[in-house]
Amino acid sequence: MKKLLGPLAVLVLAGFALAGERIVLQGSTTVFPIAQRCAEEFRRLHPEVNISVRGGGSGVGIAGLIDGTCDIADASRPMKEKEIEKARRQGFTPKEFVIARDAIAVIVHRTNPLEGMTLEDLKKIYSGQITNWKALGGPHRRIVVVSRDSASGTFETFNKLVLREARLTPRALYQASNKAVLLTVAKSKGAIGYIGLGYLTGEVKALKVEGVYPSRETVLKGTYPLQRPLFMYTRGEPRGVVREFIQFVLSERGQKIVEEVGFIPAK
Amino acid sequence: MEWALGLVALSCVIALACILLFLFKEGEGIIGIVGLGDFFFGKSWSPTSEPPSFGILPLIWGSLMVTAGALAFSIPMGLALAIYIAEVAPTKVRDLLKPAVEILAGIPSVVFGFFGMVISGPLLQILFDIPTGLCALNASFLLGLMALPTIVSISEDALSAIPRTFEEASLALGATHWQTIRHVLLPAASSGIICSFILGMGRAIGETMTVLMVAGNAPIFATSYLEPIRTLTATIALEMGETVKGSPHYRALFAIGAVLFLMNLFFNVVAERMREGFKERFR
Repeated sequence: MKKLLGPLAVLVLAGFALAGERIVLQGSTTVFPIAQRCAEEFRRLHPEVNISVRGGGSGVGIAGLIDGTCDIADASRPMKEKEIEKARRQGFTPKEFVIARDAIAVIVHRTNPLEGMTLEDLKKIYSGQITNWKALGGPHRRIVVVSRDSASGTFETFNKLVLREARLTPRALYQASNKAVLLTVAKSKGAIGYIGLGYLTGEVKALKVEGVYPSRETVLKGTYPLQRPLFMYTRGEPRGVVREFIQFVLSERGQKIVEEVGFIPAK
Repeated sequence: MEWALGLVALSCVIALACILLFLFKEGEGIIGIVGLGDFFFGKSWSPTSEPPSFGILPLIWGSLMVTAGALAFSIPMGLALAIYIAEVAPTKVRDLLKPAVEILAGIPSVVFGFFGMVISGPLLQILFDIPTGLCALNASFLLGLMALPTIVSISEDALSAIPRTFEEASLALGATHWQTIRHVLLPAASSGIICSFILGMGRAIGETMTVLMVAGNAPIFATSYLEPIRTLTATIALEMGETVKGSPHYRALFAIGAVLFLMNLFFNVVAERMREGFKERFR
C-alpha cells in the first residue's frame, strides 16, 4: 500500500499541473450545442485550456454562476431581477453577452393539414380553451399539448411571448429537452409542441405564426414573432481565458458555428 | 485496519444523516407557507403561475397509479418466473433464465425510457387509438419490467431456501408436483415472496428517469391508464433546475423529496419485518 502512495501522489500533482486553466460553462439546453461546438474549436486553438460544458437549463446555469460553480452561464432568457440581486449579494454584477438569436418553432405532426396559426390561437391551445383540431379547421382529433419543463428557458420565453398572463393548461405534457419534445410530436398525430429553431428537422412540420414561417431571414428581418436573443453571462467583466472564450464566440469564426448548429448570428 | 473499516461504515451513516437533515430542513418551510392540508390535499400543482399552487395530491395520485399498474404487471409475471426457475425449469433453462433476469436489472433506466418513447409509446397509440402514447399505461409497463428482477430474484431465493424435506414429504404423501408447489412451497415461502413484492413496489415508486420520459408529466387526476400522469419523482427532476434557492417552490420540491423518503422507508421497514419473520420460521 505504502509503495503505491508515492507514484500516486506524483500522478495527482502532475494532473493538476497539466490541467492548466479551466472554464466551466453551464445552462440552457438551447445554447448547449453552440457552447459545445465553440468549446471544441477553442480547445484546438488553446489546447492548454480545459473547458467543460454542461446543460441543465438556464435557471441551473444562472444559479451555478451565482454559487460560483461555473464561469459562464448559458441562458435563453435574460437574468431575472431577483437573480441579479442575488449575484450582487455574492459580490459581482453579471455581465451579459448576446451571442446568437433563436426563433422558437411551433411544430405539429407531419400529417397535420394546418399550415399556420395566429398567436391568439396558439394561446388558446396552450391555455386549454381550444382542445380539438376541428376548431381550427383541422380533422376531428384531440390536441395533445406538449410543453417544455419549467426549468427551461424555452418554456419561459414561450410563456412570455405566447401565454402572457394565461395559465398553461394542466393537461399539457411536459418534456425535459428539445429533442424529447421533437420526438413526442413526431410520434403523436394530434400533438403540438415548440422547440428551438436549431432543433427543427424534417420529422415534424413547422407552422407559420401570424403568417410568417420561422427561418433565418424572417428572424433577422424581425417579422417572425417568436424569437429571442441567447445569452452568456460571466461573473462581472470577464478576465483571462474566460474573456478569450467569449471573444471567440463573438468572433467571425464563433458566429459561423452559431449558424452551423442552426441558430442565427447575433449581429 | 479494522478501525479504518469502522470509519468507512460510520461515514456512510453520517452521510445519510446529513441528507435527511437537509431534506427536512429545506422542506418543512413549505408547510408554514401553504399549510399542511393545502400541501397534501391541494388538488392543483402549478408552482410557476401567479398565484402559485402547491397541492401534491395529483402527484401522489400519479405515483400510486403507476406503482399499482407496475405491480399488476410484474407480480403475476415475476411470481410465475420465480416458480418456474426454482421448481420447474430444467437446469439448462435455469442457467439461461437467471442471468437473463439479472441483465434486465442492469439496463439503465434511461434506456427503458427511450424504448418507451420510441417503441412502446407509438405502439400503444395505435393499439388504443389514443392521442399520445405517453401515458400511465406505458409508464406502468416499463416500471413493471424494471421491478421484475427484484421480484423474481427474491421470490426465487425464498422458494429455494425451503428445506428439501418439505417437498419430499409432500411428494411422499402422494401429492403431485403442482399440488406441492401450490399448497406446500408457496405458503412456506410466502413472507419472502411478499417481501419481494414490497421491494419491487419501492423500486417502482422511486424510479425517476423512465417515468419522466414516458408518463407525459401532466399534473392531472387521471381517471384512466390511457391518460398522462405526473409522479412525485418526475416533478422534482423536472422543476428543480429553475427554482430560486429558498423560494416556496424550492421548499415544496424538498418537501416532496421528504414525502418520497417516508414512503420508501415505510415499505422497507415492512419488507424487513417480513424477511425476519421468514428467517425465524426455519431455524
